[in-house]
Amino acid sequence: MKNARVALIVVLSMIFAAQAFAAPDESAVEKGQKVYQKWCFPCHGTGSGKPATDLLAARDKGSRPAALEERTDLSAPLIKMFVRHGVMFMPTFRKTEISDADLDALSAYLTRNNKR
Amino acid sequence: MRIPPGLTSKDFSDALGEFAAAVGKEWVFTSDEDLALYRDAYSPMWGEPGELIASAAVAPDGVEQVQKVVRIANHYKIPIYPVSTGKNLGYGGSAPVYSGSVVLDLKRMNRILEVNERNAYALVEPGVSYFDLYRYIQEKGLKLWVDVPDPGWGSPIGNSLDRGGGYLMAEYRNHFDSHCGMEVVLANGEILRTGMGALPGAKTWQQYKTGFGPWIDGIFSQSNFGVVTKMGFWLMPEPDAYLSGIVHVPKRDDLIPLVDTLNYLENTRVTNGMPDLASPLLGIPMLADFEGLFEKGSSPFAAPRDPEVAAVSAKPGGGSPEEIGARGPTNPNPTSGHMWFSPIIPRTGEAIFAANRVFSQAAQEFGLPSLGFSLPSCYWERAFIYIFALPVTRDAEFNKRNRAVFQRMIQLAAERGWGEYRTAPAYQDAIMNTYSYNNHALLRFHELLKDAVDPNGILSAGRYGIWPKHLRKAKP
Repeated sequence: MKNARVALIVVLSMIFAAQAFAAPDESAVEKGQKVYQKWCFPCHGTGSGKPATDLLAARDKGSRPAALEERTDLSAPLIKMFVRHGVMFMPTFRKTEISDADLDALSAYLTRNNKR
Repeated sequence: MRIPPGLTSKDFSDALGEFAAAVGKEWVFTSDEDLALYRDAYSPMWGEPGELIASAAVAPDGVEQVQKVVRIANHYKIPIYPVSTGKNLGYGGSAPVYSGSVVLDLKRMNRILEVNERNAYALVEPGVSYFDLYRYIQEKGLKLWVDVPDPGWGSPIGNSLDRGGGYLMAEYRNHFDSHCGMEVVLANGEILRTGMGALPGAKTWQQYKTGFGPWIDGIFSQSNFGVVTKMGFWLMPEPDAYLSGIVHVPKRDDLIPLVDTLNYLENTRVTNGMPDLASPLLGIPMLADFEGLFEKGSSPFAAPRDPEVAAVSAKPGGGSPEEIGARGPTNPNPTSGHMWFSPIIPRTGEAIFAANRVFSQAAQEFGLPSLGFSLPSCYWERAFIYIFALPVTRDAEFNKRNRAVFQRMIQLAAERGWGEYRTAPAYQDAIMNTYSYNNHALLRFHELLKDAVDPNGILSAGRYGIWPKHLRKAKP
């Protein structure tokens, strides 16, 4: 019985450890993509006429992707900071617009290709 | 806990409990972190004692919850400030006009109740954005166009109630004119429907605007007489084709007959799209400006704005907000938004020349670079509108100076019989005071209505210069 309990704890620990180091789960990434499409894409997306993408392209001159969804160097705290604090013309987004859960999913999507 | 002006902490605490019972605890926001999201991101008073801030925010999910919240507010005499999507940037954002009010955040009310392709209309709730409506129409494959002001995160209801516009044909681009029927929650919590909506079982609420008797829809725009919870809009059927053209005129003074001809073509509906006046001598240098600033190594923040930002920047892999924008030695106060100065002027070439003289004079008085010659926009039929963006920064001294410029421009315009069509909360009193014919007869009438329909003065106190009796100031 005791061994079984220890085994359970070991297994649970492995699951938690696996979650901590694994790529973000698929459903979070999919949900995050929807959040991105709805809230970020009109300014930050790929294609012409995206003001924030144009601005970042002007700044970075090809040194990194101008569209946020192609970046591999964003972090969850950084994404949260911009969503909740804004920068320059980008305003803040309220929790009735992008909830904390949506924001987590958005981070999962935008960090999906980061090196781990 | 922040407390609205005039309330005891016990009453406010009790009211917050009742708000939570009405809408759910998670939709009542009181923490500083959450309320910071209701600051006007483009506030020209950012960080100053006069900045307009909320004491709390409450986000109902339906008209019944709005009724409950309004009744609670009316009972405790709590000032509340409805916003739809809260993206009225440049004209106030989601911050209340009366600082300390509770924001009634209607963003969760985001239902598209009906889109009728055959008769080309939609009925929506306040939290629906232009994007939402566009996506809905695209997904269903309906042959309808939405007139979208940029960017499309705004609300058809909010923009229409603030009397904003778009870009399509004249009968669609004036968003208040293109509405048909509204539902309003009054300050006592009662629901009112206007136009044909007053007829139980009406079949034409979104097809015939005025119903029977006085048509009162106008009093719910740029005002504080009720909380609009539904509105109908006429949509433009997708055209099979359209034709656009350009008329060139060689000389400056040709502008005068050009405008007269344009007016004739529009007023006879020979042309029905939105005209655009332009000159190859006038450019939009914005992106080039930014490129220039980046070349010089500029970045957005001299120092992180607040401790949370600083904490994020300090973390390994947290990123560097300093990399993002345009603050630097060459640009110590990067623009973090703008306020729109938007006077209506006559639709004549002579008025364009006069407006350029007047507004350049204001720039000279304040030692600003010349605004250069600029042409008005043709959003509205029968009149021109100028829309000047005055920059807003996070530097209080800079903002103070620009507020003074704005106030001066209001006066210069009024002296010539020109008035603004819409403005940010910081200027609503000043502009309403320019509409002063016969000892402010119009404002006094608004106040008469206000006292009748909202005797406790709970709804959007001060919006467009209309204050409830207990907060009213002497008129200049």
